Amino acid sequence: MQEFLQQLVNGVSWGSIYALIALGYTMVYGVLQLINFAHGDVFMLGAFFGYYFSRWTKIAQEPTLLGFFATLFFAMAACALVGIIIERAAYKPLRARPRLTVLITAIGVSLLLENGGQLVFGADPKFFPSLIPESRLYESASLVVSNLPVIILTVSIALMLLLRFIVMKTTIGKAMRAVAFNREAASLMGINTNNVISFTFLLGSALAGAGGILVALTYPKIDPLMGLLPGLKAFVAAVLGGIGNIPGAVLGAMILGVSETMVAGYISSTLRDAIAFALLVVILLVKPTGLLGSRVGEKV
Amino acid sequence: MRKWVIFGLILAALSGCAKKEDVIKIGEFGGLTGSTATFGISTKNGIDMATEELNAAGGLLGKKVQVIVEDDRSLAEEAASAVKKLVTQDKVVAVLGEVASSRSLAGAPICQENKIPMVTPSSTNPKVTEIGDYIFRVCFIDPFQGEAMAKFAFDNLKVKKAAIFKDSKNDYSVGLAQYFAETFQKLGGQIVAEESYFEGDQDFKAQLTSIKGKKPEAIFIPGYYTEVGLIARQARELGLNIPLLGGDGWDSPKLTEIATIKKPGDALKDCYFSNHYAADDPNPVIQDFIKKYQAKYNEVPDAMAVLGYDAANILYDAIKRAGSTEGAKIRDALAQTKDFPGVAGSTTIDSARNARKPLVVLKIAEGGKYEYTATVNP
Repeated sequence: MQEFLQQLVNGVSWGSIYALIALGYTMVYGVLQLINFAHGDVFMLGAFFGYYFSRWTKIAQEPTLLGFFATLFFAMAACALVGIIIERAAYKPLRARPRLTVLITAIGVSLLLENGGQLVFGADPKFFPSLIPESRLYESASLVVSNLPVIILTVSIALMLLLRFIVMKTTIGKAMRAVAFNREAASLMGINTNNVISFTFLLGSALAGAGGILVALTYPKIDPLMGLLPGLKAFVAAVLGGIGNIPGAVLGAMILGVSETMVAGYISSTLRDAIAFALLVVILLVKPTGLLGSRVGEKV
Repeated sequence: MRKWVIFGLILAALSGCAKKEDVIKIGEFGGLTGSTATFGISTKNGIDMATEELNAAGGLLGKKVQVIVEDDRSLAEEAASAVKKLVTQDKVVAVLGEVASSRSLAGAPICQENKIPMVTPSSTNPKVTEIGDYIFRVCFIDPFQGEAMAKFAFDNLKVKKAAIFKDSKNDYSVGLAQYFAETFQKLGGQIVAEESYFEGDQDFKAQLTSIKGKKPEAIFIPGYYTEVGLIARQARELGLNIPLLGGDGWDSPKLTEIATIKKPGDALKDCYFSNHYAADDPNPVIQDFIKKYQAKYNEVPDAMAVLGYDAANILYDAIKRAGSTEGAKIRDALAQTKDFPGVAGSTTIDSARNARKPLVVLKIAEGGKYEYTATVNP
């Protein structure tokens, strides 16, 4: 029983990381119907921005809680900027083109970031400094809860609530929802759709940047290809929960994280990815729009 | 007229080639970047040092030696194309390389096919030299390494129940795990859990939690330093405070940097691994080498650097004795290598083209320092 609880703790902390990345996918899809394949790589950039920032400001040598938040904020801001640049440079010129063109461009941007990252940062892995030293919150013979998963979960939930607040309660959030509902009608109502789309990328990329830092805290190996698999899995999580749906992305990510951990812990780690993806197939067979997806419309 | 011009050009091109014959080209392939980059870099440092010394002393067969290096980015797929380029395009006379057995296994068939001798400094999986009579190694092999660590765990650490955590896509790791398990069970020990991961994984907690549930007294992790460092951290995070054991794939200056929670290397304190040499060995040959290496690269050489240096010197010695750069002659000379005085012990190549050498067991002590613990003779 205790071992099961431990696996649950492992799974939830792994799932909350998927959730942060999945949110960016789902928001951009909701507003633009675009699957932004470069999203996982923005997550990678977040980790690298944090790495260089914390070394440059000497936070890495003497970690404090304030230093951690400064690093987190810096990485989010830098990623937001990168997100806007990507949107303006690569996607905006193609706004009127068929959706497939933009999708291929997104794959191109992803490859550019991965290989550009190898050129700039080097291909060998770097090791993220322990900004928050690990300590135990609860400890018994077979169940250990350390501070890191709790911090990851708390920061993730705080960011998700903030996101929900922005989308549901603010004017720009309302505009986002309007654009998601019908872009042309929204622009006829006087909404500056270009700004709304840029803002969506800003939010999504900032979340991915935060994800990069949070992942690097527990899994300190960072390299330019680290965004590839988590990016793919987060996309799966978003689809699982119903792409375009914000609570759905979180739910899908948790299911994926926990099931992966359980499979690796109780069955075999070789089947880890296979079963996670099989789960996706089964859920989509039963409910094609995803668990919480409601809008049955035209999808990619 | 035009015909003569073309003929002249061809002649000029040919003489250009002839001029290049003044150097002996040796190929080297290794992962200078990627997940096991320190292996490739250290090996290259060792080979460069041996080559510089050789060229300073007049070179080989009256010519200078030039080493052409190809980076395989720590990937087995890239290793094959790197070797192909060295053999077919650069026309090297012999190949030095790889540390990782999976990558040596990818490159060796190409050398064998083209009858180019290949010497691997530190691939320990037995299958590597079984590829053919042109493939040699200058280090011990995994059955010996796995056996030694199993005996060490059972006899010295008094471990009766052990777990294994291996990289199931890596020939080196799978082989080592198998030999460890066989010997450990033969001694009367029990393998209570066997879990696996893939190189590049980030999260090992699920497998570690399940290992913890089986209550082993030690975990054998025959992997490479990047994953081992991460595994050690996560094991400690889960409250799994038993000794971790491993093989020569642990040896990297990065290992203790990764396995740091509060102080350098604290996640791996009191863990043991088998290696090719110990830096704190008082043997003057070793201490001389360390001094020279430190003066040049400003760090203590790891085993990969030592074996790179030895492999290059053994190859150069064979070419000297062969008196030729012909593949078959170098091969015969390599096969006759006997009692070559290397830094990592005296090397004799046996009939299976492997080296018979003693191994050392190192302990990771306070501050991430390696401490010599035991020597095991074959």
